Amino acid sequence: MNAFTGTGTLLRLALRRDRIMLPAWVYLLTASVASTAFSFKKLYSTGTSREQLAASLAGNSSLRALYGPLNDAASIGGITAWRMGVFGAALAGLMSILLVVRHTRAEEEDGRLELVRAGAVGHRAPLTAALATAALANLLLAVLVSTVLVVLGQAAAGSLAFGLSLAVCGLVFAGGAAVTAQLAETGRAANGSACAVLGLAYVLRAAGDSSSARDPGAVSRFSPIGWSEQVEPFAADRWWVLVLASAFAVLLAGVAYALVARRDLGAGLIPSRPGRTVGAPSLRTPLALAWRLQRGTLYGWSAGFAVGGAVFGGVAKGVLDLVRGNSGVADILRRMGGQQAVLDAYLSTVMGLLGMIAAGYAVQCVLRLRGEETGGRVEPVLATAVSRLRWAGGHLLFPLLGSGVILAVGGLTAGLAEGAAMGDLMGSVGRLLGGALVQLPAVWLAAAAATALFGLAPRWSSAAWGVLSVFLLIAWLGPVLQFGRRVLDFSPFTHIPRLPGGVFTVQPLLWLTLLAVGLTAAGLAGLRRRDLG
Amino acid sequence: MTTAISVSGLVKTFGRTRALDGLELTVAQGEVHGFLGPNGAGKSTTIRVLLGLLRADSGSARLLDGDPWHDAVALHRRLAYVPGDVTLWRNLSGGEAIDLLGRLRGGLDSARRAALLERFELDPTKKGRAYSKGNRQKVALVAALASDVELLVLDEPTSGLDPLMEEVFRECVAEERERGRTVLLSSHILSEVEALCDRVSIIRAGRTVETGTLNELRHLTRTAVDAELAAAPDGLSGLAGVHDLVVEGSRVRCQVDTDHLDALLRELTRIGVRSLTSRPPTLEELFLRHYQADTPAAEVAR
Ligand SMILES: Nc1ncnc2c1ncn2[C@@H]1O[C@H](COP(=O)(O)OP(=O)(O)OP(=O)(O)O)[C@@H](O)[C@H]1O
Ligand SMILES: [Mg+2]
Repeated sequence: MNAFTGTGTLLRLALRRDRIMLPAWVYLLTASVASTAFSFKKLYSTGTSREQLAASLAGNSSLRALYGPLNDAASIGGITAWRMGVFGAALAGLMSILLVVRHTRAEEEDGRLELVRAGAVGHRAPLTAALATAALANLLLAVLVSTVLVVLGQAAAGSLAFGLSLAVCGLVFAGGAAVTAQLAETGRAANGSACAVLGLAYVLRAAGDSSSARDPGAVSRFSPIGWSEQVEPFAADRWWVLVLASAFAVLLAGVAYALVARRDLGAGLIPSRPGRTVGAPSLRTPLALAWRLQRGTLYGWSAGFAVGGAVFGGVAKGVLDLVRGNSGVADILRRMGGQQAVLDAYLSTVMGLLGMIAAGYAVQCVLRLRGEETGGRVEPVLATAVSRLRWAGGHLLFPLLGSGVILAVGGLTAGLAEGAAMGDLMGSVGRLLGGALVQLPAVWLAAAAATALFGLAPRWSSAAWGVLSVFLLIAWLGPVLQFGRRVLDFSPFTHIPRLPGGVFTVQPLLWLTLLAVGLTAAGLAGLRRRDLG
Repeated sequence: MTTAISVSGLVKTFGRTRALDGLELTVAQGEVHGFLGPNGAGKSTTIRVLLGLLRADSGSARLLDGDPWHDAVALHRRLAYVPGDVTLWRNLSGGEAIDLLGRLRGGLDSARRAALLERFELDPTKKGRAYSKGNRQKVALVAALASDVELLVLDEPTSGLDPLMEEVFRECVAEERERGRTVLLSSHILSEVEALCDRVSIIRAGRTVETGTLNELRHLTRTAVDAELAAAPDGLSGLAGVHDLVVEGSRVRCQVDTDHLDALLRELTRIGVRSLTSRPPTLEELFLRHYQADTPAAEVAR
């Protein structure tokens, strides 16, 4: 028996367990590329319309920070690669992280891997099976995305380069997650740290891309998502970047293999310290327990938002400088309503982005309830004098208030960074805090949808991620794809006033909040009457 | 005699599985009641209904004169529960988990807590999965036993405990009984049941097949008889209540229902007995007979 014995069986097991999740991810990603390309085919059918797009983008560093530079305006494939490249690569990364951690550290944490490893299974087999699953998913993604673009009449080389540029980012983060899965003791921590790196990679390239019009700045080269952009599908088709990135993914996997041989099953490389003999006097309520369980996540997200806010806020001045320095866009500037309007458009986009990410935090917090239930940890608690509502209430305080905390942190650092650069510290902080906190009703609605699922259809709790993805896709792609009003209305994020700059209206916020209260109440009512465990 | 738990006609289905199918269970105040049955019989399901975690489809359940579903919070102040499969929070130490669970129930006796930690030789500073299976079980046991409650609901509480700790557990339960507490003890360990329980209920496939003291149960089952007779017997197989009859010349071996023992012995002495051994069923035989799925419930209950 060698270290890889059993990999094939484990791979089949992984594919069977992921028979819904994996195709869903690949389908959603491919479908968003396909629908983007399809709608661009109608929107920008003429060369001049595409050149106009390129010209207006040249002056808009905020959009470049969000999507990356437009390298090839000559073809539909080129603008599709621009629009979907960064998000597609980041989402492929996220998919890979979730896949790898799910089959490695999460399995180990739940004790199932122990059972598996006791069979004729080598110590490298589980990791190999997990990496192979991620590799298959990314390969499938590359094939499907390339095929879709070729079918839509785009150049074969560019289509293939684009498909592979997404997949290769996925591979790098699969390797990264393989490493964090060895370091951290819990699946949650492994996911969290790998996602933090993913977030940092996105922010790094955002900073790099917004810094100048054509050259994607040196900082982008430190970001795996930046590498995917450097492939420049349809424009340069740099295959060697793909090779380099793949080599880096292999290197990371090698590090993970080296680490897996150096540690015990179930242990991380960072050992845990002994705990307290006696519980602190404050550890006496369901809320205190929820705080102990959720505080780490809150700290992590707050740190992420602090960094993200500061970077996006700091970039704001660059947006203006670029516009000022470029006479060609003076026209656009005037059309958009002057400097302040350009700045506000950028900042309100960033605030919207923070809101959407915060919704991910809120949904994660709600699903913690389900984790406690299926993990068997809720039974002993509910067998004491704690009602179901008090137990759930303790945890639900985090999507309610914790989301506010992370948004406030993001708005605050964005305001401080922008204010320091522009000179109006207090004004900036105030405006951006407002812009961040105004997102809360939409965040609450996403959390409320998760609560309703948890209470009324517990087995379908993780469908909350699906609901959130639909909300986000509509808010991101809806305006581009010119969805109808009805479809746009379905996402709470399209109802949030665009602050700073936009008109503040209370009405949609009230409606969203009311709806969130209603869904939460329905979920809690369901929780009170259903079976637990 | 007041009753601590009374369950009748309890039905609980999970989709197509009928986990409880008209279950009956009565536990008197102050008794230690053994709750037995093969895997999947519905013991844990019954306990979850009693704790208000599951909602029964039909039938009635009363716990400490309250409704387990509607009065859950008030009732839980008066009981403590130990699950068969304890999972702990990975960032809480065992000591913290004990204190938290005790306080959520309404407080725990810190002197008792310290004494129990010592008796069970449990290190309270470890966290979550750093505990071995048996030690996780001890955390839940200490948390339950250190509270001042009227009723202990224990679902296979000793799974994973070593024999020494099993002994400590028995002492603790005996002390609880002295104090007048009621204990519902689900267990697969027959010696534990024999040592601790005043009465037992045996369930199978969601139904109660037997309930009573161990002596009563013994009485209800068969006695093994092995006899050397003066002559070869005839007509023994015609006797009611005789099973598994083997005749080798003048030697006879059989099982006989205890209430038909009298008739068999009369027949044997009529032929003439040279030697005779009879043995009451061992506990294992008793339970095996009730557990075996191929014995129809009606026959078991006979
Ligand atoms: N949540 C559930 N969903 C579906 N079926 C369940 C559920 N809980 C229990 N069951 C089924 O109900 C039946 C009774 O299970 P239960 O756990 O009560 O058995 P048990 O007597 O405690 O067994 P053991 O001795 O193995 O602990 C089993 O067939 C089991 O599969
Ligand atoms: Mg059980």
